[in-house]
Amino acid sequence: MEILSKVHAKNLIRWAESKPEVLVLSADLTSSTEIDLFRDTFPDRFISLGIAEQNMLSFAGGLAREGFRPFVHTFAVFIYRRAFDQIAMSVAYPNLPVRMFGFLPGVMTPGGATHQAIEDIAVMRALPNMTILECGDATDVESVLDVADSVNGPVYVRMLRGEIPRLFHASDRMRFGKVRTITEGTDIVLLSSGICTEEAMRAVKVLQSRGLSIHHMHVTTLKPFNDPAVLEAISRTRCGVITMENHTVVGGLGTIVAETMAEAGLGRRLVRIGIPDTFLHGASKPYLMKEYGLDALRLIAAVEHLTGERLNISESELAETYLAPVHSLAKAEAL
Amino acid sequence: MEIIDSPGQGAWQDEARRVAGGIRRRVLEHTVKNNGGYLSQACSAAEILAAMYLKIMRLGSTEKPLVPPPFPGVPGPQNPHSITGAAFNGPRAPHLDRFILSPSQYALVVYAALIETGRMAPEGLDQFNRDGSTVEMIGAEHSPGMEVMTGSLGQGLSQAAGIAMARKRRGETGRVWLFMSDGEFQSGQNWEAMEAIAHHRLDNIGIYVDMNGQQCDGPTDTVLKIEPFHDRLAAFGARVFRVDGHDLDALAAPAALERDGRPLVVLADTDPCRELPLLQKRIPKLHYVRFASAAEREEYRAVLTDILTREP
Repeated sequence: MEILSKVHAKNLIRWAESKPEVLVLSADLTSSTEIDLFRDTFPDRFISLGIAEQNMLSFAGGLAREGFRPFVHTFAVFIYRRAFDQIAMSVAYPNLPVRMFGFLPGVMTPGGATHQAIEDIAVMRALPNMTILECGDATDVESVLDVADSVNGPVYVRMLRGEIPRLFHASDRMRFGKVRTITEGTDIVLLSSGICTEEAMRAVKVLQSRGLSIHHMHVTTLKPFNDPAVLEAISRTRCGVITMENHTVVGGLGTIVAETMAEAGLGRRLVRIGIPDTFLHGASKPYLMKEYGLDALRLIAAVEHLTGERLNISESELAETYLAPVHSLAKAEAL
Repeated sequence: MEIIDSPGQGAWQDEARRVAGGIRRRVLEHTVKNNGGYLSQACSAAEILAAMYLKIMRLGSTEKPLVPPPFPGVPGPQNPHSITGAAFNGPRAPHLDRFILSPSQYALVVYAALIETGRMAPEGLDQFNRDGSTVEMIGAEHSPGMEVMTGSLGQGLSQAAGIAMARKRRGETGRVWLFMSDGEFQSGQNWEAMEAIAHHRLDNIGIYVDMNGQQCDGPTDTVLKIEPFHDRLAAFGARVFRVDGHDLDALAAPAALERDGRPLVVLADTDPCRELPLLQKRIPKLHYVRFASAAEREEYRAVLTDILTREP
């Protein structure tokens, strides 16, 4: 597996070079959100607004009203938890093209409950006019700027940073409103998003070796959620549907898929894998994924539950996932 | 604090006095008719808004008094018809100023000001708080004279700062004027905004604060003190003047000064019962006047009749 580092940092300056109306806003996490290279390359288009997210979001609304495209960068939690009313009234109501990049979603930080965005999709999804995108690999990070910038209205992006695996070919770019079909199958439909896709891919390989037919799709557009490929796959499935996400099971991908199935009248069993309805604590990503059941073994258990078969798959059969070291050079801070 | 000489009397002051009187009369009339209204806000802010519209702000004129259109729906990717109420403040141009009402609870007072300055047709006020109307009770960005969402207090200054920075980057000479309320500064977002404005030297922002000392729960100094307000603002990097909010020349003078890199803040001390002493009976609760009895309503109706018969 190819591992890339500082994908956003490099991509952003390349992408924004010919777009003078793109301004990058920072709330004191400039290197932590990989915009230091942008700051050094285009100092005139970099706006430092300090540890003051409420002002930053309303300020961005003002800039966007005047034809600029503000790219707000900070940790995901600080966007929607600290400035929700500001997003609602200064950005979402006027349907302004403010692009919000939320880093360290879910289990991606050892920073503990204050830094873990575990309910951001649920909260932001409730806002009219809001579009929600999530990146799962380096190709997603490289292509999310085009997708976000094509939207007429505000966009919230669950972003990745640091050392990121490339799961999809560089030419297999993220497309607005479209899932990526990774494997086709009829026993189980599996929808995964964000970092869970890499984890799911490990399990799917082993499940396929046991003769199971898994239809695995990677979701990048969480709102709107209307790709017909999803319902088509679900209507064909024999045993049921599994969702897997780096977010609580309340209001995220699992809820979105449940709503979509119910509205379509598709009565299929559904297992939602995600953070159970609980806050987390500070620990490493692999520890948290295992502790809260976001890992390949949990997925295998869900498949066993839906198929009624015991598969006897051990942890050693699963391929290694890539785990970026928390204190590597690629990350400016542990947080 | 800087001291400025007060310029002399003149034609605009006479017109502003007429406009201020008209604002109070229209809001009183509205309040009597509808058994409720933001009456103390009209009494405190009449001269501030009159001075802003007639002297301080450089706005283009409307061709004729505009009639507010029906509500065309909220902004969104599926609605190309959504509007702002900025047209009531004249056309948009690089050299022209912009007006932002931060506490949109003052919308009624602004509507009255728009009528008195010939920007809105008087019958537009009949649409106030009617279903399907843009003349909302707590104004929104589609309401006459408004162009941003500001009813959630504390967000006006930050949004204005974004607009001001955008205008500066484009080399526009027009300024961004805010009308704010004193209680609104209890919100921390304003201090975040002041930091950002001072740091980025957005001296194309000018703020007039109606220091009427009143908020929902009562007098501001009993709810949550903001004093020493002047010193706090100055410490955050603003250029601050404290003036008599009913003195037209004192209100206008700071705006005429050469810009110096700092945002301009004019703290206008006002009397929420000005020209309507009857309101003093309601102290300490002046935020929204809803008559307690038919008798009280009649008292106000008598004052209104008296004003109307006095006027030519």
